[in-house]
Amino acid sequence: MSIDRGTVRHVARLARLALSPEEEEKTVRELGRVLDYIERLSGVDVSAVEPLTFAGDAAEAKESMRPDEPRPSLPREEVLEQAPEHDGSTYLVPRIIE
Amino acid sequence: MSAPLLPLSALCRAFERREAKPSEALEASLRRIARTDGKVHAFLRLTEEEARSAARESDERRARNAPLSALDGVPIAIKDLFCQRGVETTAGSRILAGYVPPYDATVVRKLREGGAVLVGKLNMDEFAMGSSTENSAFGPTRNPWDLSRTPGGSSGGSAAAVAAKMVPGTLGTDTGGSIRQPAALVGCVGLKPTYGRVSRYGVVAFSSSLDQVGPFAEDVRGAALLLQAIAGRDENDQTSSSRPVPDYATALEGGARGLRIGIPAEYFGEGLDPEVEASVRSAMDALGREGATLVPISLPNSPHAIATYYIVATAEASSNLARYDGIRYGHRAQGPRSLIELYERTRAEGFGAEVKRRILLGTYALSAGYYDAYYLRSQKIRTLIRRDFEQVFAAGIDAVASPTSPTPAFKLGEKIDDPLAMYLNDIYTVPANLAGLPGISIPCGFSKAGLPIGLQLIGRPFEEAALLRIARAAERAVGVPARELPL
Repeated sequence: MSIDRGTVRHVARLARLALSPEEEEKTVRELGRVLDYIERLSGVDVSAVEPLTFAGDAAEAKESMRPDEPRPSLPREEVLEQAPEHDGSTYLVPRIIE
Repeated sequence: MSAPLLPLSALCRAFERREAKPSEALEASLRRIARTDGKVHAFLRLTEEEARSAARESDERRARNAPLSALDGVPIAIKDLFCQRGVETTAGSRILAGYVPPYDATVVRKLREGGAVLVGKLNMDEFAMGSSTENSAFGPTRNPWDLSRTPGGSSGGSAAAVAAKMVPGTLGTDTGGSIRQPAALVGCVGLKPTYGRVSRYGVVAFSSSLDQVGPFAEDVRGAALLLQAIAGRDENDQTSSSRPVPDYATALEGGARGLRIGIPAEYFGEGLDPEVEASVRSAMDALGREGATLVPISLPNSPHAIATYYIVATAEASSNLARYDGIRYGHRAQGPRSLIELYERTRAEGFGAEVKRRILLGTYALSAGYYDAYYLRSQKIRTLIRRDFEQVFAAGIDAVASPTSPTPAFKLGEKIDDPLAMYLNDIYTVPANLAGLPGISIPCGFSKAGLPIGLQLIGRPFEEAALLRIARAAERAVGVPARELPL
């Protein structure tokens, strides 16, 4: 299955990933090859098959649900310290509303 | 060899008998790292100060005969995707360079509580995406048996550090083979536990329905001791299982008599190196001589595994890696004119080529109009792959035996420009991840060129004790003779 440059641009936009023209071209080639390989799955009969959504013990996962209650979290200042830009109480980002 | 460079289980015994002290073991380990890691590049950073103080405290506990666990005082190193409070954690990526987690991953907390001495953080493919450690933003790790070759990946640093005897045990993660394949390529033991056996809280996520944490050690007993320290339910990881954790070490010497080992035809096909096949078959024969019955089986959906994996893993990665946006931690692009541009440029600058490739593939597979054809279809094929295993286990097979990797270690640079060839390294390891099953790789011999070869054993879910017993029986039956490392 081939993939064109327009599709690559669209997907890159969805993924919030700026690609250079060279990267776009390379992606067209490489994704095309990988998708060709993946194409083999289209012949598998999955008509009466449920998807495997949890690889562990499904019954146990249900039992392990807990009430959604607030609990103490990490101290705000320690977490903010890792941010590229903050004002001591919130993250700072470029202005989005003029 | 000096006593402190012993394999993990022997070191624990030496501590018990007061034949060695934790601080001596740590110094021996640091000396070995200083002497060999310039060539191997297993470590991204050392935490010597913290380690020395932990070792001194362990000395005191050992002197009082009051160890916190069997591992008290053992030098351990961890893949650089485990959050360790106060220690930079990069997941091999530029986008996380400089990130210092304000908390410990649960497995890190458990190691500390058991008295283990944390020595440093180990190199890996960026975000655990790769099979050669060449995708690390900080340069590749080299195979201690041949420095021109890869140690495998993505946990290549974790495997190489054990093989080069820098530390007796390490932790890695395995999403499609990232513990077992490097273990095979460097000649040590690597165990991927059942999905849910070990907490992933504080572990940088790649593919959440596949990722699992596991140990590396020189022998099966060492891997069992390390699994003991990290397994169990964690309130902070809803996918972790509350099944009781058995004592893995006590059942180890049960032998192979009466066991039924399945040999899947699909794992011995095209692409398998003849030397690897011969070595693996001879290991299985050795297990047969110990009293195991070798049974030819079929896992007919195996040929779909790699394609299925590369949809599921990339789709989940595209979602998990959305968090790297330049706002809360890590790298941030300078001078963007808008928020969107901040995201797009931060990610373009911070991620390497393979990570971008996988984010794009995953985003494509989840995008409007393609979800059913790719992600949903793949999740259904996972059911078929898991059913294959359930059927052979229901028919009385105790473990499935196969090669771990189709070839011995390949040259650095050999496959880096061919993503598909790189993906096919995982052909025998991926099915256990898709099915959520435990798998282990143990050394079973060397190629003529002197490169290690690994035997993989896959077991029933949550039956790591049985799997380790079978692996121990195989390890004893094969008896790979010790070789001098050319380091």
